[in-house]
Amino acid sequence: MENLIALLVAAPLLGAAVLLCGGRRLDRAGHWLGTLLAAVSFVIGVVLFLDMLGKGAEDRTLHQKLFSWIPVEGFQADVAFQLDQLSMTFVLLITGVGTLIHIYSIGYMEHDERRRRFFGYLNLFLAAMLILVIADNYLLLYVGWEGVGLASYLLIGFWQHKPSAATAAKKAFLVNRVGDMGLSIAIMLMFTTFGTFAFGPVLEATGETSEGKLTAIGLMLLLAACGKSAQVPLQSWLGDAMEGPTPVSALIHAATMVTAGVYLIVRSGAIFNAAPDAQLVVVVVGAVTLLFGAIVGCAKDDIKKALAGSTMSQIGYMILAAGLGPIGYVFAIMHLVTHGFFKAGLFLGAGSVMHGMNDEVDMRKYGGLRKYMPVTFITFGLGYLAIIGFPGLSGFFSKDKIIEAAFAKGGTEGWILGSVALLGAAITAFYMTRVMLLTFFGEKRWQPDAEGHEPHPHESPKSMTIPMIILAFGSVFAGGFFSIGDRFLNWLEPVTGHSHGHAPVSATTVTAATMVVLVIGVAIAWTMYGRKPVPVVAPRGSLLTRAARRDLLQDDFNHVVLVRGGEHLTRSLVYVDHTLVDGVVNGTAASMGGLSGRLRKLQNGYARTYAVSMFGGTAVLIAATLLMRAV
Amino acid sequence: MSATAVHSLWTMAGGVTSAAPVEKFKAPVIEYTQLAPVLIVIGVAVVGVLVEAFVPRRARYYTQVFLTVVALAAAFAAVVGLAAGGYGTTKAHIAAMGAIAIDGPTLFLQGTILLTSMVAVFTFAERRLDPASHGKHVDSFAAQAASVPGSDSEKAAVKAGFTTTEVFPLVLFSVAGMLVFPAANDLLTLFVALEVFSLPLYLLCAVARRKRLMSQEAAVKYFLLGAFSSAFLLFGIALLYGYAGSVSYAAIANVVDGSVTQIDPALADTMGNDALLLIGGAMVLTGLLFKVGAVPFHMWTPDVYQGAPTPVTGFMAAATKVAAFGALLRLLYVVLPGLAWDWRPVMWAVAIITMLGGAIVAITQTDIKRLLAYSSIAHAGFILAGVIATTPDGISSVLFYLGAYSFVTVGAFAVVTLVRDAGGEATHLSKWAGLGRRSPLVAAVFAVFLLAFAGIPLTSGFSGKFAVFKAAADGGAGGLVVVGVISSAIAAFFYIRVIVLMFFSEPKADGPTVAVPSPLTMTTIAVGVAVTLVLGLAPQYFLDLASQAGVFVR
Repeated sequence: MENLIALLVAAPLLGAAVLLCGGRRLDRAGHWLGTLLAAVSFVIGVVLFLDMLGKGAEDRTLHQKLFSWIPVEGFQADVAFQLDQLSMTFVLLITGVGTLIHIYSIGYMEHDERRRRFFGYLNLFLAAMLILVIADNYLLLYVGWEGVGLASYLLIGFWQHKPSAATAAKKAFLVNRVGDMGLSIAIMLMFTTFGTFAFGPVLEATGETSEGKLTAIGLMLLLAACGKSAQVPLQSWLGDAMEGPTPVSALIHAATMVTAGVYLIVRSGAIFNAAPDAQLVVVVVGAVTLLFGAIVGCAKDDIKKALAGSTMSQIGYMILAAGLGPIGYVFAIMHLVTHGFFKAGLFLGAGSVMHGMNDEVDMRKYGGLRKYMPVTFITFGLGYLAIIGFPGLSGFFSKDKIIEAAFAKGGTEGWILGSVALLGAAITAFYMTRVMLLTFFGEKRWQPDAEGHEPHPHESPKSMTIPMIILAFGSVFAGGFFSIGDRFLNWLEPVTGHSHGHAPVSATTVTAATMVVLVIGVAIAWTMYGRKPVPVVAPRGSLLTRAARRDLLQDDFNHVVLVRGGEHLTRSLVYVDHTLVDGVVNGTAASMGGLSGRLRKLQNGYARTYAVSMFGGTAVLIAATLLMRAV
Repeated sequence: MSATAVHSLWTMAGGVTSAAPVEKFKAPVIEYTQLAPVLIVIGVAVVGVLVEAFVPRRARYYTQVFLTVVALAAAFAAVVGLAAGGYGTTKAHIAAMGAIAIDGPTLFLQGTILLTSMVAVFTFAERRLDPASHGKHVDSFAAQAASVPGSDSEKAAVKAGFTTTEVFPLVLFSVAGMLVFPAANDLLTLFVALEVFSLPLYLLCAVARRKRLMSQEAAVKYFLLGAFSSAFLLFGIALLYGYAGSVSYAAIANVVDGSVTQIDPALADTMGNDALLLIGGAMVLTGLLFKVGAVPFHMWTPDVYQGAPTPVTGFMAAATKVAAFGALLRLLYVVLPGLAWDWRPVMWAVAIITMLGGAIVAITQTDIKRLLAYSSIAHAGFILAGVIATTPDGISSVLFYLGAYSFVTVGAFAVVTLVRDAGGEATHLSKWAGLGRRSPLVAAVFAVFLLAFAGIPLTSGFSGKFAVFKAAADGGAGGLVVVGVISSAIAAFFYIRVIVLMFFSEPKADGPTVAVPSPLTMTTIAVGVAVTLVLGLAPQYFLDLASQAGVFVR
């Protein structure tokens, strides 16, 4: 069975190689090949999963060593895989949702000349993401980490003829570099601390290591997670990343890649458990981001950017849960999976809407679409109910658990975190209701564009609706399936560990409170957008609204502090380089040249001078030798 | 010393002689097979002289080239045979009644000298670079060395198509001396070897076909200064004899380290007098430092390198340095190890000023041959750093460096012979501008040699420099290594400057052309490049070889 693990990666990797190197002659079949290989990977994943289910919890972890990567004395790195319950969960999510989105893309990208290339990049992404989650050491994980970054860059900028897309891709890449730097520093620290970077030895050795070092490693890992998962302060790229094709937003920037940070933290749980300070920073980041993303999501009129804000916020929940330690790990992953279903479904729904609306993204120009695209409406609606935590749907179970766990952290901290999580739930209900109302309810607000084409909203083709329907099933049932009988908890506990904490309030109370805030959120949205007609041109809005429309001034902040600051720093460094460094260098060179010019005059061409030099040299040699003895 | 004392010495000596039983005359034991490399070379050199006398002029060139190459190849085969027979390691011993040491360093250096001489001889034999004169191919050497430059007799000789084929036997004599020089195990053999290899070199320097006045000036300077240095050496030998009562290395070493205290009555006043030892040692060192071109005994180098025919310069720069450093190593490691505390500080100073002096003065040179001359001075400094290490690693690193450096040098000078204009070789640097545009291959090859000189990784220069600096650092000469690295940085400037000049300058309209050589020079250059790259990419085998060979026999 172990030998199948490498095939998980090999299938999409082969697809990427063939599609990207194959050239034009593959144009007609390329998308089928890409989809087939993604499906193959999924089937292998399912086979491995069934095999794993057949074993006891103790020996479910599989290892496969492919080859020795860097065999140097004292520095051993292997290309080796480890498949345990945590990796398995990700493998199924990535290949499952990935396959669905491949299918969806066949329809969505039908009219794009570079569809083959698109599928090549998608396969590349799958391969890299799978390496990331099944690597058995941090160095190989880093390979996957960079690989998904590359795929993300290529796919955000897929329509590179649009300057906005090219810029967005670059922005995503640059911001991610900051996080990647964190990961590489963390890996170096691990190597100096533990002498290895394999998961097993590193995570087992945390007990004998000083807390200071673990805190440093933890903070660097968190920095990495912030970059990849768009958490404050490295969140600014996610909104722009929506420039990529919608399937990309669904797969990479909602369901899988952006959750890599959560995976990293949960995988490194032993490090964080032993470094409470780092853990505290993790929950703070999670809590801040969950509010930040939610507020941004409230103000956006672009349907994809509103969903992007939501993604940020939901990942904030996961990071928060992961920062709670063993109380929260399982729920972080559970929310991650359910979020994978409903957020991918929501994005695919948004893509379907855009597909029918001539790629219009402004929700103020939608309205009343439920009549025109019923399947999209229903699947989107189910995703909507799932994300706001409507009782019985996926989000209800997973988010509720996180809120409970936040309270269970205990003390003032627990109260603060719990309240933030509750507040986030209210805002989630508000902004998602807003998206729903603006898009599918009310009057139709679309108008002919500049060339007089009026959009004719229509339902999307089967290749697009079927994945949406399947994901809608997941959105509805996954949470319940996982939670009833604590299935998910029992599945993951051997890997992540679990503790119940000591909740100050009962689970029922928390659920009740969640319901109350849910109703409040929906009600406010209804009064603002459901009862009265929505203006096509956005009103000026309050100060907060305007700030939220500008992503809470994140870019302005980055510009003023980092860009300007960086420019000033660069300029002063250039000044120092020009005056001081170059001065010393040029001065040295000039003085050498001068010295050389003077010394060469000694070489005057007269043999007598040369003889004197020799004679003098010998005299000095003798004198010095005698002197040495005398001393 | 009073007359009576002298008398008593005489009588005492006579008394001893008369009292002892008369010793039978014993024929010296000469291990001919072990001396085979030297004997082959000398023998063929003598044959070469006879060829000059008896073979018709037409056939002399081919006969001489053939003989020379065969002699060098056979001698090399003999060296390899001796090494394979264990004479470099287990069977190392003192041969020829104490005159010659056959051991690892001897065989390694003899092999190196023979191989570099062979590729250098190819450039001697090159006849396609200069345009044919009066229907005859000409080489780098004067038509008739004895005729006055510009005189009628010279013109007649040129017209008659004479060539100086005597250069080949001269080279062989010189090589023979060089083979003995690092093997010499007593001071007299050392001196004889020095003269045997120096005299032919003086002559060779004087016989350039083009720029003969400059060539002759170089030869005279070289001869005068060489004689001057020989005088120092010889006087040093005399003083050392006075100190130890023997010219044998082993005997002197024994007196130095105090294991022999018995005083030769004839030398009762001088034996064991440390002043003689120190002064004599320093003077012998002077003689050897002159040959390696160490500052302040280096001043002949640029003038001679520039004036000598370029093939001779290449040969001299490579082979002489190998031989002289071999002798220096043996002197310091076998004769004077007991004096290390005395000579090390002095040699430190010499090494430092040699490295810095060579590198700094090279910066402002405008002639490629002078530039390479100063570069060779700087390299002598680097090698001295390895010599000073006084560890087994020091010996082997110097051996390796010499092997690596000599091939780069021969190759570089061979390239210099190719770049020509109407006046012969175009050695002024300004003429090399844009060479890379016009003749990319030649410029690229030269760039490889320059990078090797500069010690850039993946070339033999790096491996060699790394080895000597490592040995020096391990031997407690860290300060020298620092100076060495600084000098390397300075040196890198002028090497890279030539590369920049060749590749990033506009070619001049009346720039030189690159002559297409015969396979002879091509072989020289190809071997140079190959050795440079092999020793740079995979030096381990040769480092192991050098470290196996790095043990002196006493």
